[in-house]
Amino acid sequence: MQNLGISVLFEGTALQRLFSGLLVTASIAFISIVIAFVLGIGVGLLRTSNSKVIRYSCKLYLEMFRIIPILVWLFIVFFGVTAAFDLDLDGKVVAVIVFSLWGTAEMGDIVRGALESLPRHQIESGKALGLNFWGLYKYVLIPQAVRRMLPGAINLATRMVKTTSLVVMIGVIDVVKVGQQIIERSILKAPAAPLWIYGLIFILYFLICYPLSRLSKKLEMKWEQ
Amino acid sequence: MNKENNQVLLEIQNLHKQYGETTVLDGINLSVHKGEVVVVLGPSGCGKSTLLRCLNGLETIQEGDITFYGKSITGKNVNWQETRQKIGMVFQDYDLFPHMTVIENIMLGPTRVQKRDKQEALQQATQLLDRVGLLERKDAYPRQLSGGQKQRIAIVRALCMNPEIMLFDEVTAALDPEMVREVLDVILGLAKQGMTMVIVTHEMGFARAVADRVLFVDAGKICEISEPDEFFTSPKTERAQQFLNIFQYHQ
Amino acid sequence: MGGAELMEINWQFMMTTLPLYQKAAWITIKLGFGGIVLALIIGLICSIVLYYKVKGLQRVVQLYIEISRNTPLLIQLFFLYYGLPKIGLTMSENTCAIVGLAFLGGSYMTEAFRGGIEAVSKTQIESGLSIGLSNLQLVRYVILPQAIAVTIPSLGANCIFLLKETSIFGIIAIADLMNVTQSVIGMYYRTFESLLMLVVAYLIIILPLSISLSWLERKIRYAEFGN
Repeated sequence: MQNLGISVLFEGTALQRLFSGLLVTASIAFISIVIAFVLGIGVGLLRTSNSKVIRYSCKLYLEMFRIIPILVWLFIVFFGVTAAFDLDLDGKVVAVIVFSLWGTAEMGDIVRGALESLPRHQIESGKALGLNFWGLYKYVLIPQAVRRMLPGAINLATRMVKTTSLVVMIGVIDVVKVGQQIIERSILKAPAAPLWIYGLIFILYFLICYPLSRLSKKLEMKWEQ
Repeated sequence: MNKENNQVLLEIQNLHKQYGETTVLDGINLSVHKGEVVVVLGPSGCGKSTLLRCLNGLETIQEGDITFYGKSITGKNVNWQETRQKIGMVFQDYDLFPHMTVIENIMLGPTRVQKRDKQEALQQATQLLDRVGLLERKDAYPRQLSGGQKQRIAIVRALCMNPEIMLFDEVTAALDPEMVREVLDVILGLAKQGMTMVIVTHEMGFARAVADRVLFVDAGKICEISEPDEFFTSPKTERAQQFLNIFQYHQ
Repeated sequence: MGGAELMEINWQFMMTTLPLYQKAAWITIKLGFGGIVLALIIGLICSIVLYYKVKGLQRVVQLYIEISRNTPLLIQLFFLYYGLPKIGLTMSENTCAIVGLAFLGGSYMTEAFRGGIEAVSKTQIESGLSIGLSNLQLVRYVILPQAIAVTIPSLGANCIFLLKETSIFGIIAIADLMNVTQSVIGMYYRTFESLLMLVVAYLIIILPLSISLSWLERKIRYAEFGN
């Protein structure tokens, strides 16, 4: 029986290289997520501002990322910036820039939604109990706002992790690219390599994203009161 | 008026119902005669609503039998589509269909289920709407109506099916006090016309005025059955006395 | 090449490459449409399975949803296009694209349909039963009209999401918009013009959908709540 090829996974440095590729993927995702969450809170607050101009510009910013696919944005920054400013940006930097911008916009929407959904009477009850401005925020508003934000935020993080798979299109050596390289090397010896390598990467992504989505669901149900 | 000599419409024998481990109805026996109004009273959670829902096939029973005009309506082979046309039910939350106008809500059953002539059904619908004073709202949507109006429409919707018996499940419990009266007046009107009814309610004054018999249920069992005047002035059982005391405020 | 070049937009160039972009946009729309329709069918079937808790199938559907939602489309496509042939299942790149998109989209559509079905309260159903409606009549007159109002916004959002995901089809050798852009940049170095046309192409495909969806949502909200 012909070599099924699963051994290609264990040959040489395949696993190590896949792991280093995974690290690239993970670091892009992680950095972007952190930036997005921090800046997103700011944007969220901006979107509740009284100025119509501020509100609408922020909404426009979000819509730009909701209508144009992320891959197109990656192209715009990768090719466009290089052409316009004669800069040679590394794909990883481009990825972090685009993902951070996208994540910030989405996070801003989530934060805005959480803030707007806080019931008025919570503030009134808090005042009735004698809480001052800071106390109100610390004990009443922020805990409630965080609860409403968390499921959406985790969902966003999961989506960002999945979207990192796109970076292979702008030349980043991420886990997918490494997989492709391994396949190219071993395709003659192990024809079924693509099945196993892509299968493994498939499972890797699942192992990262599934716990996140379960966590989000659990939190949602726990706080559903 | 003694209606106990009339034909028995509904007969409940030894009804037992459980939710998991809890017994909700524990051996209920009752005969409802034609033209009779039976009011079911009792503390919350004693099984009154469940009893009503069993009569309409919305709950399954573990033991006992219910017969309607002598035919059993328990078990798996009951044609509920047919039976529910003859047993009308109005719920606490009225539940009109929000995507249909008042007249569409009322006409749905007669035209689609009973396949009656549209003109004839429309005539009956407008007559009934007029009787409850809501004819000019016939093209409105439920969201445009008050609770009391919606409940009266729900009653008309059930009546348009020409049922033999009407079941009312705490139909004024979700209403603002000002609207309770208009709904109860409709039910009183029905009683005067001789409609057979089983009513679950908390409105004591109404219960006393409309009932031919009062059923006091506690913890799934029938504690007491009496004529309304008797029940409200001198209840026979201690539980009934305790229950009625809740509604008195004088010293 | 520098900032100065940016200022001279070569309209003539854009005109000559327009047919390329048109063709690519058309491919995107066709494949996207195929994937969406298939996803809707999968979603409808799966949501019914989940609602009626069909034995055996329920578990399969739940597993499918988790797998489809927690893996990127890119990997799903690679697996379909490069991996499956190794066990004898070869599909054309267009078929892979549609199947991949449907696989991903089906789970999102299932959630949308389920949300709609569950939005119809139990008391509405009892209300319908109490006037003698049959199960079929219940679905037709009570459940479906109310479920659709809730489902349409989610379905619309899913369609937009799936259309955006089509941007990845280039990796399995489909001459889509991204591929055309890359080739044009590679061959003619007209970065700005090609990127501009790329953005405009996607705006044309997606913006009308997004606006109609907002309009539809507002209309439905008005019909249900009157405000």
